[in-house]
Amino acid sequence: MAPTLASAQTPDPLIVERQEWTQYLGDGVNAKPYGVPSKFEKDVVRREVEWLTASRQSSVSFTPLHALDGVITPNGLCFVRHHGGEAEIDPDKHRFMINGMVDKPLVFTMEDIRRMPGRVNRVYFLECAANSGMEWRGSQLNGCQFTHGMIHNVVYTGVPLKAFLNEAGVSAKGKWVLAEGADASAMTRSIPLEKAMDDCLVAWAMNGEALRPEQGYPLRLVVPGWEGNMWIKWLRRVEVGDQPWAQREETSKYTDLLADGRSRQHTFLMDAKSVVTNPSPQSPLKSKGPNVLSGVAWSGRGAIKRVDVSLDGGKNWRTARIEGPTFPRAMARFYVDFDWNGQELMLQSRAMDDSGYVQPTKNELRKFRGTNSIYHNNGIQTWLVRPDGSAENVEVS
Amino acid sequence: MSKSAKAIAFLALAVACTGGAFAGERAGLGRPALPEELKAWDIDVRPDGQGLPDGKGSVSDGEALFQTKCSSCHGEFGEGAGRWPVLAGGKDSLTSDRPEKTIGSFWPYTSTVYDYIHRAMPFGDAQSLKPDEVYALTAYLMNLNDLVPGDFVLSRGNFPKDLPNEKNFYDDDRETTEKTFWNNDPCMSNCKDKVEVTGHAAILDVTPDDQKDNKDEKPAGAVE
Ligand code: HEC
Repeated sequence: MAPTLASAQTPDPLIVERQEWTQYLGDGVNAKPYGVPSKFEKDVVRREVEWLTASRQSSVSFTPLHALDGVITPNGLCFVRHHGGEAEIDPDKHRFMINGMVDKPLVFTMEDIRRMPGRVNRVYFLECAANSGMEWRGSQLNGCQFTHGMIHNVVYTGVPLKAFLNEAGVSAKGKWVLAEGADASAMTRSIPLEKAMDDCLVAWAMNGEALRPEQGYPLRLVVPGWEGNMWIKWLRRVEVGDQPWAQREETSKYTDLLADGRSRQHTFLMDAKSVVTNPSPQSPLKSKGPNVLSGVAWSGRGAIKRVDVSLDGGKNWRTARIEGPTFPRAMARFYVDFDWNGQELMLQSRAMDDSGYVQPTKNELRKFRGTNSIYHNNGIQTWLVRPDGSAENVEVS
Repeated sequence: MSKSAKAIAFLALAVACTGGAFAGERAGLGRPALPEELKAWDIDVRPDGQGLPDGKGSVSDGEALFQTKCSSCHGEFGEGAGRWPVLAGGKDSLTSDRPEKTIGSFWPYTSTVYDYIHRAMPFGDAQSLKPDEVYALTAYLMNLNDLVPGDFVLSRGNFPKDLPNEKNFYDDDRETTEKTFWNNDPCMSNCKDKVEVTGHAAILDVTPDDQKDNKDEKPAGAVE
């Protein structure tokens, strides 16, 4: 049967009446030398959850995933997490040092860095290891911005870290590097030398323009597929050593406390994960009939190979359509075109990567991890969509 | 490889790549770091004590410093004022519903206390403390966590490596313990008998709302 189209009783004034934007001239070119989104998009902003942290200088804001599409996160909407406020650094005053177990410790200016051979462009997701960390004990925050918004996906321009290490000459005894930021937390993380020599980048641009200050301007480390905290912002130093440094962010924080009281350390890699971004609590269903379910998926182990979607809480699954590029360690976008007749839905998505890893349910994860580990919660999310179209973060059996 | 063998290998590569720089060759950018520069920036301290400077500090000096520079946020006894971090206590809490992860209950190494205080504290006036002050504050925090007596004086010579919880950390083993998550053929239909909702976020109602001020509500787990 052919679908019946909606009908109108009276002509639409938006069509039959001349509108002011049609009659009068708009702003001239360059009214805004740096363009900003339409005023009708003012709700599309990063948001914070004030009770999470004691101070805005050590806090987090969340990417509005429910309001975005495609695969690239706009620079001004990339979530922000920092531990000592947003450092403002004049690039002419920024220095980058390589030291430790190297033949020759070196200092680079931003000018030196931009002259390095071997510049690359790479798309990667950056996910905070604490993304979804509030959900270990059960559903808590009502919106994918808050449950999953500590992630962004942009294209970086930079030079492999390896090039700088080679320039200084790494000692044969080197096994780890320590990356350090120039901000008021002097953020540090130990990274295995193997990773540093593999795909880490020293980057100065995101999505084609200079890094945003809150993302580490003028220089940040890119550690593909690994926890966001390791992507040191305002990068000022990389030291080579023969053992890890056991810094505060790899002992007190970013270790995973398990049910038996023991803790996993060096859980660097972000496992495969996905979330339905629309519909979701901040983006309810408004119309019956044809609708587009949309979501994002990513994996630190490689490229997203497949995403399955369930409308009935995980009983039955269908494979979603992945649309757009699926680079390794980058976000992929998926869609399911579906008909909604007003029935209750329990929406879930399940990501698979090219290592064969399948995103587990939250209960499967809890079997191994308990509920105290804060980090690395990549369990399957459920949204309950009610007959009125509103959606809620729920847990299901 | 001997020097001459290296030279030959280098030549072979240079011949193979025509024109310009190539992978493995140094670009010759940057300049050597000076000893004063290394001293200023290379401040990290490792569990084995590498990086600890000369100096010493007592528990009692640390207590005095802590009350002037730290207690406004961390509380007089490291118990944490308001939502600021707790630095002491939490013993035997790691398997409970509300684990309290402190230097005494959770941290694996003493070096991290020294390194972090020097690097980042006091919050808002980082890297302002002298080595003697950092030793004293570290000693005081160890005392607050029942790790050293009140007359203890900390220095590089007696700097302890491990803290009590060190033995409970182990390296990432997800690829073996969680092997069942690799599955090329996940269930597609009739995967469970029934589905029941077991928890609702709306009942907790702690989600920020642009219209509503709910910053004082603090539910279960928080971000760290
Ligand atoms: C203005 C408030 C404030 C003051 C004053 C302050 N701190 Fe802190 N402290 C913080 C905050 C905030 C953090 C967490 C920072 C972050 O998120 O990275 C912290 C973290 C710490 C930690 C790590 C806690 C953990 O469990 O990981 C230690 C140790 C510490 N502070 C010691 C000190 C000492 C010693 C002083 C005094 C010299 C001091 N702090 C002064 C706010 C403060």
